[in-house]
Amino acid sequence: MNTHEIPALQVDDLTVAYRERPVLWDVDLRVPQGVLMAVVGPNGAGKTTLLKSVMGLVKPLAGRIQIHDRPAREQRRITAYVPQRNSVDWDFPTSVLDLVLMGTYGALGWFRRPGEAERERARGALRRVGLEDLEGRQISQLSGGQQQRAFLARALVQEAQIHFMDEPFQGVDATTERTIVELLKELRAAGKTVIVVHHDLQTVADYFDWVTLLNVRLIASGPVAEVFDEERLRLTYGGRLAFAATGGGSVAAQPVFGRLAPDEERKGS
Amino acid sequence: MSSFLQDYTLRMVLGGVLALGIFSGALGSFAVLRRQSLLGDALSHAALPGIVLAFLLSGSRATGVLLLGAAIAGWLGTLAIRAMVRGRLTREDSALGIVLSVFFGLGLVLLTWAQRLPGAGKAGLDKFLFGQAATLVRSDVLLMCAIALPSLLLLVLFWKELKLLTFDAAYARALGLPVERVEALLTLLLVLAIVIGLQTVGVVLMSAMLIAPAAAARQWTDRLSRMVALAALAGALSGAGGVLLSSSAPRWPTGPAIVLCASLLVVASLLFAPHRGILWSWLRFRRNRRRLDEDLVLYHMLQMAQHHAGRLDHPHARRVIQSMTPRADVRPVLHSLEQAGWVRRREGDSWSLTSDGAERALSHRAERERPPS
Amino acid sequence: MQAHLEILAIAAVIAVACALPGTLLVLRRMALLSDAISHSILLGIVLAFFAQGGLDSPLVILGAAASGVLMVVLVEFLVRSRLVREDAAIGLVFPVLFSIAVILVSRHTGSIHLDVDAVLLGELAFAPFDRLEAGGADLGPRGLWIGTGILALNLAFLGLCYKELKLSTFDAGLAAVLGFMPGVLHYGLLSLVSLTCVGAFDAVGSILVVALMIAPPATARLLTERLGLLFALSAALAVAGALLGYGLAVFLDLNIAGSMATVLGLFFALTWLAAPREGWLARRALRRAQTRRLAGDLLVIHLLQHEGSPTERREARVIHMQEHLGWSPEFARGVLADALEEGHVTRMDGLLHLKPEGRQRAEKALVHI
Repeated sequence: MNTHEIPALQVDDLTVAYRERPVLWDVDLRVPQGVLMAVVGPNGAGKTTLLKSVMGLVKPLAGRIQIHDRPAREQRRITAYVPQRNSVDWDFPTSVLDLVLMGTYGALGWFRRPGEAERERARGALRRVGLEDLEGRQISQLSGGQQQRAFLARALVQEAQIHFMDEPFQGVDATTERTIVELLKELRAAGKTVIVVHHDLQTVADYFDWVTLLNVRLIASGPVAEVFDEERLRLTYGGRLAFAATGGGSVAAQPVFGRLAPDEERKGS
Repeated sequence: MSSFLQDYTLRMVLGGVLALGIFSGALGSFAVLRRQSLLGDALSHAALPGIVLAFLLSGSRATGVLLLGAAIAGWLGTLAIRAMVRGRLTREDSALGIVLSVFFGLGLVLLTWAQRLPGAGKAGLDKFLFGQAATLVRSDVLLMCAIALPSLLLLVLFWKELKLLTFDAAYARALGLPVERVEALLTLLLVLAIVIGLQTVGVVLMSAMLIAPAAAARQWTDRLSRMVALAALAGALSGAGGVLLSSSAPRWPTGPAIVLCASLLVVASLLFAPHRGILWSWLRFRRNRRRLDEDLVLYHMLQMAQHHAGRLDHPHARRVIQSMTPRADVRPVLHSLEQAGWVRRREGDSWSLTSDGAERALSHRAERERPPS
Repeated sequence: MQAHLEILAIAAVIAVACALPGTLLVLRRMALLSDAISHSILLGIVLAFFAQGGLDSPLVILGAAASGVLMVVLVEFLVRSRLVREDAAIGLVFPVLFSIAVILVSRHTGSIHLDVDAVLLGELAFAPFDRLEAGGADLGPRGLWIGTGILALNLAFLGLCYKELKLSTFDAGLAAVLGFMPGVLHYGLLSLVSLTCVGAFDAVGSILVVALMIAPPATARLLTERLGLLFALSAALAVAGALLGYGLAVFLDLNIAGSMATVLGLFFALTWLAAPREGWLARRALRRAQTRRLAGDLLVIHLLQHEGSPTERREARVIHMQEHLGWSPEFARGVLADALEEGHVTRMDGLLHLKPEGRQRAEKALVHI
């Protein structure tokens, strides 16, 4: 990686605690532009919290978050967020097209309504996720996978540089999974950065080129080919990992010190 | 009718309830969608001490002064609720209940105090308990409109922000929207909607003016804009209906009459609204069951035909068909199958498949006999 | 004096009778049903009044309680239809029943002597004048008898079904699996709430029944985690609030029910502010201490992570704590002072270094994740 390039996302010393329980401990992360990155880790590892901190939805105890070299809160215009599907009331009286149009609200600013131009962009986004025939549907009539694709379309119309997606593959059908993967590759081809909270370890190598292993602390972050190996996975998941070698249960209790993201180490030298 | 509208009192009352109905219907939609229906109930009760205190402090019984007090107390009520639920152990329902009853109790205490002041008749404040639409005068109606119209304008101006906040607050924040401020605006509008209704329907019934029009409107549409418009319409209709009802018969209190009209609209909507309504669901259920029965009868007739060396036109007695389909009366089923051209009536009460019917039965049998995936 | 004592006795009995089912309502997050029920019973009272021609018979009490239960059934029906949500369903049903009652009362003001104000606001001051007599002998105020009867019923229900109620409140699913019929308990509880509301409206009026039912348990909830104690404390707070409220009302010549509710509200406000563990002050102090301790942990972990790494010279600078951790100078100084004082770090040439104790603390904090 070119070390002089501006990173898409840079997180320094991020620590988040809910009450007395730390959810993220001193996480340093540097994600170059144009990568497709999976964030993996066991339940309660702080994956969603990492995303929410970046999006300004939780207040960290300590740390600095920068997107394209500026504080994340000043970069909302180039940041798109796809929350977990179950975070909203799908019985809300609105249509699919309307839902997607919400993605234009940030750029529109106060008082301006989405017009025909925004509508066209929203329809374009719906075409990209294969929902063009459903734009008039009430959102509760969508299947789970279609709801997820509608959420993605909403993020697409933001025309952001960096996308954050919270478990987009959770509980979706095969068609949707394929659509999302295609979409991710399109986004990368267009030079965007995509950061995805992901559960399925089997597909990490197929879908992504960059990975962050997280379990409250950062275990590793870097190209999939370099850091996505059994040893680091065992450090991330401890004894809970199905294919971890037996006798590795105690590994979880051994904290790794001094393990930084590879590019972080290089940057310092 | 024209002489009716020349009645000054009635004209004022009608103007007042229309302003109230439109405004509370529109705002109530947001409250209902945010699952804050009962917030309105708590806040309308919480407004009482504000009204009395405004009177005690200013010595004025002008509606504007009293409503300002009501608005301030209602706002304090929302702050109290918000502070209470921030702890680990106080839930929203308890917080609403406490604010409702304690603020109201405080209002009663202040009211007894106010009544002892020289020259402070009870009547001026008492009307806020149950509302007395008949006491509305021109200046009251103008004041209600002066609150409602700018508030509706704000609703239109901040429409997309309010909508996004109601649907997906986290996403709104991620887009960089000042969520707290938009939320404060929405709460303020809700408090104002409550305040202008107090004089007309009173603290006890005000919450119904927020919830009922919105709940009725929700059944007819799947668009927020139409829901808000319909709720405003429903609010206006209930208001007008209630006023007409109470003016046409002696001793019909206006507030309860309005609430009754609104509730009738809700019942009608729940029953008859297309797609969502109870009647619609029932008809859909029946239609589906009839279709199932038809397929079942065709299937059985096909099976019997195969027993008779595959002769499709072999007639079967209705009683035999009935005995194979015990869960439904086959007579209406056979008649509708006949109309569709899938079975033919033969001599007596016996029936046979047509070739179309056999084709349909065969295609359905393929489906039926496929192992469940 | 006799009258005052009788009123105090009625108030105390009603207070306990309300606080007991109220505790279950609060725990089950159904507190607002008490408000809805207390309004709905007016319809029952009015209808029973028409049927019976007076307010004296037990039929009136039962009829009124039945209309409370009817409200609950209607709400449940609406929720089941999935056309409206529960909060809206409650808010739809009780105003209708209440409106019908008010209209009936207004339409028949000539033949019915029922003051809606009195039903809503209560008239405890007149309770001693309504006596129960048997064979010419005075048995005391009727309100006291009714209140005691309802209290006894509530106590019996709680006593008999204590463990079932406890389980079905905590985990309705498990209760159903074990055959405890949470639905029956649910309706039993709400029937009792209705009955209690009817008994209490005479004394405090239907709106302030809500205060008696909800405020004491919500207050007690901030003071104890144990269920048995929660009931006892709720009852005690309700009695104290009712008696103190009455005293205040008599002393200052105020509305009795309003004064009781205000005192109960004050109890809650004070507890919310200053309860030993769950009060706002205590929580704030605890949160600050936790934040400070976590920040101390973070400091030593941060130093440990970078110890001996090429980035150490940058990451261990004192100024870095402000820059990268995003701490205010004041907060950073405080955390640093704590760590220096506890002997976990030392400062040399503007760089922070871990001492063995600090390293131990960091390792311990990391293991405890």
